[in-house]
Amino acid sequence: MAKDMNKDNSKSQPTLLERGFASIKQNGQAGHQIAGPESLPLKMEVKDLDFYYGKFHALHSINMGIPEKRVTAIIGPSGCGKSTLIRCFNRIYELYPKQRATGEIILDGRNILDPKEDVNLLRAQVGMVFQKPTPFPMSVYENIAFGVRLYENLSRQEMDERVEWALKKSALWKEVKDKLNQIGTALSGGQQQRLCIARAIAVKPEVVLLDEPCSALDPISTAKVEELIDELSDDYTIIIVTHNMQQAARVSDFTAFMYLGKLIEFDSTDKMFTNPKRKETEDYITGRFG
Amino acid sequence: MIRSGTKGRILDIIFANGTRICALLVFLIIVAIMVSLLAGAWPALKKFGPSFIISSQWNPVTEQFGALVAIYGTVVTSIIAMLIGVPVSFGIAIFITELCPVWLKQPIATAIELLAAIPSIIYGMWGLFVFAPFFGDHIEPWISDTLGRLPVIGPLFSGPPLGIGVLTAGIILGIMVIPFMASVFRDLFEVVPSVLKESAYGIGATTWEVIKKIVLPYTKVGVVGAIMLGLGRALGETMAVTFVIGNADRLETSLLMPGNTISSSLANQFTEAVGEIYTSSLIALGLILFLLTFMVLALAKYLLIRLTLKEGVRT
Repeated sequence: MAKDMNKDNSKSQPTLLERGFASIKQNGQAGHQIAGPESLPLKMEVKDLDFYYGKFHALHSINMGIPEKRVTAIIGPSGCGKSTLIRCFNRIYELYPKQRATGEIILDGRNILDPKEDVNLLRAQVGMVFQKPTPFPMSVYENIAFGVRLYENLSRQEMDERVEWALKKSALWKEVKDKLNQIGTALSGGQQQRLCIARAIAVKPEVVLLDEPCSALDPISTAKVEELIDELSDDYTIIIVTHNMQQAARVSDFTAFMYLGKLIEFDSTDKMFTNPKRKETEDYITGRFG
Repeated sequence: MIRSGTKGRILDIIFANGTRICALLVFLIIVAIMVSLLAGAWPALKKFGPSFIISSQWNPVTEQFGALVAIYGTVVTSIIAMLIGVPVSFGIAIFITELCPVWLKQPIATAIELLAAIPSIIYGMWGLFVFAPFFGDHIEPWISDTLGRLPVIGPLFSGPPLGIGVLTAGIILGIMVIPFMASVFRDLFEVVPSVLKESAYGIGATTWEVIKKIVLPYTKVGVVGAIMLGLGRALGETMAVTFVIGNADRLETSLLMPGNTISSSLANQFTEAVGEIYTSSLIALGLILFLLTFMVLALAKYLLIRLTLKEGVRT
């Protein structure tokens, strides 16, 4: 019952120039022309996304394209809707009643907000790492094998290999290879977070969502996680929410700035931090508010 | 206003010693109960020796007493109660914490608390006047026709449909421990951090997988504790059981037949116990119940230590 994991890049996907960045709508203003130096294929496309917590309107018609195998950072002041936005990408918000999203999120040509979409398969395809490390109450090995077992029937040896692969990929193997049978919660905070990243990539997702992954970590662990993000972007599409603008500048290829539930500006990280088009963006990244 | 330092210090000393006395009182009470039980049971234990535990005779006329019938009834009714109570309580708690729509949560929680507030004598009366006749008329004939015909376990379920009996007592006990265990389970499941559940859902686990692999392991210490506390209650419950168990001092294979538990023997016979040996035998029964509950708690502690050791961490 292995999940279908072949990434079909052959079909013609829209490019950034064609439909992605240029289509940001802001309160009736004309969309502006922005893109990276190259036209990249898009992994995900958000179209007219609105989000509600009960009666509270948290996201206002978000439109953006997430380029494939790149790191996209979402920045903005607290409460601007950054986390809300990425919680739509794997429909984790559905666990809570009264939260709902309207609009479309297209992943490989499918609208994942469609109620007919298998949400468990979606979550295998779109992995998520949370703000605080959340190791499961089981051994390091089992923490990783748990997710894999949900989708694949691997032999003991294949599973061993997969666990080792995921731990190596997340730069944790050297530190834990002798502690695979220890409970995951006994690791240090930074190790726990890398364990969570290993767990997320062990199921071989295509998109990895990182919701402020370093906010509970010390500088050294943060540096390790950032290195890891850089490496992972060779194979995965990564979306990272962060409070830390320096982090966004360091790790991301593209940056989106959100404010009060609206997407204000979305451009290549270089441009955003050197020559933002919008006044609000400039004010935020130069520390004048937020 | 400046507080005098000496006065504050004296008050603190009084406070510290006051709380210490309260805490030490627990030991004092335990020891006092142990000593008085041992002293009261001594004549019977001296007369019958170890055979008191393995003898199934309970004959006030010939003054031959053995505890086996009561021990058996106590253990069996409690096992039945746990077999019914634990799964149902789990179901209730999981439904409330994970699946239930918000508007239904509070009504169910309140209903459980009300169920817990019903005095045990009401359960006993309801069991005797409503449940036992219904059970005897409609369910027991069916049980002895089906389960009673099976090999090996057949003898457990055969016999006349009397309504009252060991099985009925076990079921009533099961209903009685449900509110307690369900509300403890619910409180336990509610403290599982939602980020932990989210991250399991986040890799695509289903509700059942999240409960089995995340919620239960995370709360297992509390769950084992709650089951043992529920078992402790079932072992000691007196009034409801006395009403429906039939109070027969014979050892029967069939669960449909009347039996006796330690606590219901005590409740029924203390007033009519004449003679030193009779009274002393009843106190010895009490001592056995005390040890039984103690053993249950010790077993719970042992299980928890083993669970932690298996994980390779001792914190």
